[in-house]
Amino acid sequence: MSLFLISVIISGTPLLLATLGELITEKAGHLNLGVEGMMLMGAVFGFAVGYSTGNPYMALLAAMAAGGLSALIFGFLTISLRANHVVSGLALTIFGTGLSSYIGSFFVGQKMPENIINFFNPIEIPLLSKIPWIGPIFFHQDFLVYTSFILAIAMGFYLHHTRMGLNLKAIGENPSAADGAGIHISLYKYGHILIGGALCGLGGAYLSIVQVPVWQDNITSGRGWIAIALVIFCKWSPYKAIYAAYLFGGLSIAGFRLQHLNVPQSLLDTMPYIFTILVLVMSSMKKTKENTAPNALSVPYFREER
Amino acid sequence: MFKMIKRNNVSSFESVTIRLLSIVLALITTGLFLTFMGHNPLAVYQGMIDGSFGTEYRIIETLKVALPITLASIGIMIAFKMKFWNIGGEGQILMGACFATYIGLNFSHLDKPILLTFMFLAGFIGGGLWAFIPALLKQKYGTNETIVTLMLNYIAINFITYLQYGPWKDPNGKGFPKIPRFEDSAVLPKVFDLHIGWIITLAIVIIIAVLMKYSKWGYFVSVIGESQDTARYSGLNINKIVVFSIFISGGICGLVGFMQASAVEGTLTTGLSSGYGFTAIITTWLSALMPSIIIPISILFAALVKGAGFIQSAFGIPNAAAEVLQGLILFFVIGSEFFTKYKIVFSKALGGVK
Repeated sequence: MSLFLISVIISGTPLLLATLGELITEKAGHLNLGVEGMMLMGAVFGFAVGYSTGNPYMALLAAMAAGGLSALIFGFLTISLRANHVVSGLALTIFGTGLSSYIGSFFVGQKMPENIINFFNPIEIPLLSKIPWIGPIFFHQDFLVYTSFILAIAMGFYLHHTRMGLNLKAIGENPSAADGAGIHISLYKYGHILIGGALCGLGGAYLSIVQVPVWQDNITSGRGWIAIALVIFCKWSPYKAIYAAYLFGGLSIAGFRLQHLNVPQSLLDTMPYIFTILVLVMSSMKKTKENTAPNALSVPYFREER
Repeated sequence: MFKMIKRNNVSSFESVTIRLLSIVLALITTGLFLTFMGHNPLAVYQGMIDGSFGTEYRIIETLKVALPITLASIGIMIAFKMKFWNIGGEGQILMGACFATYIGLNFSHLDKPILLTFMFLAGFIGGGLWAFIPALLKQKYGTNETIVTLMLNYIAINFITYLQYGPWKDPNGKGFPKIPRFEDSAVLPKVFDLHIGWIITLAIVIIIAVLMKYSKWGYFVSVIGESQDTARYSGLNINKIVVFSIFISGGICGLVGFMQASAVEGTLTTGLSSGYGFTAIITTWLSALMPSIIIPISILFAALVKGAGFIQSAFGIPNAAAEVLQGLILFFVIGSEFFTKYKIVFSKALGGVK
């Protein structure tokens, strides 16, 4: 059982990173449907750089840069050129999917070098890993898993307790009021979209470098879209994103555990997708005033048309 | 310093010029990318044109791809007009094909015209139902339709894989997991070397174009797309119209599935849509939701797909290059829309007197 839970954390980690990335983007008032594309960009550039340099840090940096730069395309279209968020995000997904399979076609079936795989071996945290049950599950993981915990908590703190975080939320809720208060709206938006993209890229790279470590085309297979749904499910709270991501991480591997029940694999494979729809319907059924999407989500902001 | 001024009216000539220019810019950008990868972009583009229009056979092959893209775009256009972001074209195509195949395999003793009519209707219903689910959820609970339609794509493809390996597996397939091929009675006939789907597609394009422009329904669809509030104040039953229209939208995509299964693949396969549901999203947006423009844009994109297959064998450029080019064209066109709405005015003095 605890072996299963350990792999739940591993399969939830790319989802957690991408969910955090989309969450911070949406807090800036931008609905970026390009998560799948950004994850694939991160996955392929992370893999390509890791494969050719053998340096894990370079690989992760490349993944974050690829995710961040592709997010900037979206940012430029939606912030400066005021384009429709939905269509721009879809375009980013189409572009990212294409470019990743283009670049990936040179690496199909290749494996990550041994030293990078070893670099991401589980690290035991002294003391904490000795806690019965919880210890081996949460504190005997690789360093990116720890990074994702820390990022989630740090993002929660940032949004609720820092001036910049509060400014960001103000922009997402009411950009003209934020503008009136002297907040540099475009700069904030660009900055957070960039960070969001970098996180999505990192999520993709976790798949290609750590979880799978072999390149396969379309390695994310819909996880980017699940991450967008998870943002709604976790009600825009980075803390809740942690358990939302692990819940879905569990679902996506539960299929392997249920194979002995004689249910065909292809039907088991639909589980995370069916569950995503169910979760979305449930969270849209009980709409409360608090914990909803930022008020100005995907509404373009023009100072001139205030 | 410069500032942006809103344009009041842009002539359609100007807006077409701006869009064409942006496609040219996308081609130039891809050209730079190709140069960087060590190819001669002009030779590659020449190869793409050659591969898609070079011989009569190639033209027919290109049109075979243009048909499903055109028809799917018409379906998606109806949804996009209402700002209902249906990106589940792929799943609707597959479910349409699935329903049509059920009829095609089990009632093959019927006369050809009758059987094909039933398959046509089944395809429409299959695609329609697959779009009906997200429409109902959105109107009833406000569930995000983008994600639901996309999740349904994955569910459809897994479901068909299940049929292929399980209940619908060909008993004479020597253990190979495939669905039996249609009898001749379930295959669409050819008219002028191209399957009759081209007449169906043209007819649907014209019918929908006329309905959108002149019917009450078409008017309601555009009112809902412009402003839900206006629609509500004028007493329209928004939920009913949206759910009905999305059923039609998905149904038309389902017909694509029927056409592909019957005329092209000869049975139900998981690959029968080969991404047309996604390509149609781009073509629909590029054509500014205008049915008459959907046809040339779809032919252009079919040429991209076919041309990419050709340059793969001729230059060894991975097939995915076409997708990259499609993404880039989309970026540039989306970006260019800004210049149809605003113009940039340079003024010498900062804060000068107006």
